[in-house]
Amino acid sequence: MKRYIVKRLGFMVITLFIIVTLTFFLMQLLPGTPFTNPEKLSDSQLQILNAKYGLDQPAAIQYFRYIGNLLQGDLGYSFQYEGRTVKSMIIDRVGPSAFIGLQALIFGTIIGLVLGIVSALKHNTILDYGAVTLAVLGMSIPSFVFAALLQYYIGVKLEWLPVALWESYESTLLPSIALSVTVIATVARFIRSEMLEVLGQDYVTTARSKGLGEAAVIIKHVVRNALIPVVTMLGPLAVSIMTGTLVIEKIFSVPGLGEQFTLSILVLDYSVIMGITLFYSALFIFVVFLVDIIYGFLDPRIEYKEGGQV
Amino acid sequence: MTEEILAVTDLHVSFKTQAGMVTAVRGVNFNLNKGETLAIVGESGSGKSVTAKAIMRLLPKHNAQISQGGILYEGQDLLNLSVNDMQKVRGSEIAMVFQDPMTSLNPTMRIGKQIMEGLLKHQKLSKTVAKEKALQMLELVGIPNAKERLEAYPHQFSGGMRQRVVIAMALACNPHILIADEPTTALDVTIQAQILQLMKDLQEKMDTAIILITHDLGVVANMADHVAVMYAGEIVEQGTLDEIFYQPQHPYTLGLLRSMPNLSASRSEPLIPIPGSPPDVMTLGTGCPFAARCPHTMKVCHDFLPKYTHLSDSHTVMCWLQDERTPSAQIPEEVGSVYE
Repeated sequence: MKRYIVKRLGFMVITLFIIVTLTFFLMQLLPGTPFTNPEKLSDSQLQILNAKYGLDQPAAIQYFRYIGNLLQGDLGYSFQYEGRTVKSMIIDRVGPSAFIGLQALIFGTIIGLVLGIVSALKHNTILDYGAVTLAVLGMSIPSFVFAALLQYYIGVKLEWLPVALWESYESTLLPSIALSVTVIATVARFIRSEMLEVLGQDYVTTARSKGLGEAAVIIKHVVRNALIPVVTMLGPLAVSIMTGTLVIEKIFSVPGLGEQFTLSILVLDYSVIMGITLFYSALFIFVVFLVDIIYGFLDPRIEYKEGGQV
Repeated sequence: MTEEILAVTDLHVSFKTQAGMVTAVRGVNFNLNKGETLAIVGESGSGKSVTAKAIMRLLPKHNAQISQGGILYEGQDLLNLSVNDMQKVRGSEIAMVFQDPMTSLNPTMRIGKQIMEGLLKHQKLSKTVAKEKALQMLELVGIPNAKERLEAYPHQFSGGMRQRVVIAMALACNPHILIADEPTTALDVTIQAQILQLMKDLQEKMDTAIILITHDLGVVANMADHVAVMYAGEIVEQGTLDEIFYQPQHPYTLGLLRSMPNLSASRSEPLIPIPGSPPDVMTLGTGCPFAARCPHTMKVCHDFLPKYTHLSDSHTVMCWLQDERTPSAQIPEEVGSVYE
């Protein structure tokens, strides 16, 4: 187990390194400069600016300089905001994204599990069809449509919750609900099909033949086994939701990371783009790793062998 | 000594399918005595497993239906029991062992816990006592290092060992009846023999009656006291082991016996199959279901279903050849000669 973890961590570093390298050089290919209206700047002004940010050096030198700083934990300074470090920008922005994301994830997973489990247990009844229809709608309608509907009905008409802005706990609710629709739909569909599969397994009949009550059979034998694959799916879903979705953050004026990310791409804030990409990738890789470890605890058939393979 | 513990009378089981209702079990009758073994033999699709699951009331609820008949366990009709009362019977009075030990254990639960489940539910034991009992059961079925193995997961066992675990699980609450649905089909031959011996030993120790479902006549010869031969959802012949093996009266039983490999026969001698294939129960006519494959058909066979003819107290056959109205039907002589 220890060897497996060390090995995986090693691979994670290599993966991140590749991502950083690719992003860095791809970014060099983008047309334009980080400076607004460069044509209005004189040559000497440009030279001074380029020298200040190290852009006068060849790409290779810039790259090694960046890697060198990165190894010391330095993500550099923003081009756009004078004197602000990328690190502080990420730290400031990640909170709201993570909060609405986490809230959406918890809410969505619980509702999704209930919906999916009930619909599997009531397979081929109106309840099941209803739940499946809801899930398909939830997956196929973009979340900004729900966001707008929620804002209009709950925010404007009923005035139950604030329409937008980031002021109190109440203002986190609508964005979370809008985000959770995808989670509900995905989780419900997934657990439903897993449940149906497990319900047909011989060991469920065995459990019934022991005289266990239906509730015990469902909880101990069916749901337990159906949940295992759901965990794999939840990991990446969690990352994508917690790191913020641009549209939802924009609609609800949430000062989140997703919003910052697009902004920095639009103005070619090189160091911020690099920083956030790195942060997203690291988080993603780490969650996938975490899921694999959890998987091992949930499913006794998985062993972490000496060689490092699962 | 022969005290009846289970009586199945006129059992009919139907399934809803897309093509309409299919009656998979069509009027099955048999009795089971305390401590004895009844083997139910027949081809795939003859309704053996459905009969077994019907006794346990484990048929899928959404499409299966016991449309007629009774299942009397110690005088009480299981079909009239409430869901709760039936749960009390399952596992504690009647237990079941399934065909494939690779899939009949929960892969994510320690086997000790799986054995304890029934004990906790039926005998209201404390966890420590139940664990002790589970340990005894594992030792009883011959699992080495039983104490450590309680904590193991099913995938850490071989097929034969898993089937031992399944048997331990089934017998944990000392059930009066054990239904074994092809318990050795998924195992290789040497392991088969061990598992059968184990079942026999435990039967003696615990005085359990066994319903053994199989298509392997060799297994039947080893284990059974009584044999019921099923074909197309009906028991076409039943009797004691000797009656079925030495005086088979139904042409189907005869065919089954004849198709068995014979050690004393020369190698060049081919096996004798029953021509044709089992009928589709959806399209069965009014006559004997075996008529189309039977070498001794008469006109009456195609039009009317034969009644049961009682040849002795234990031996019944459902064939026009044995009907008293059939003037002089003679069973072909080869029967006796081949099987002695």
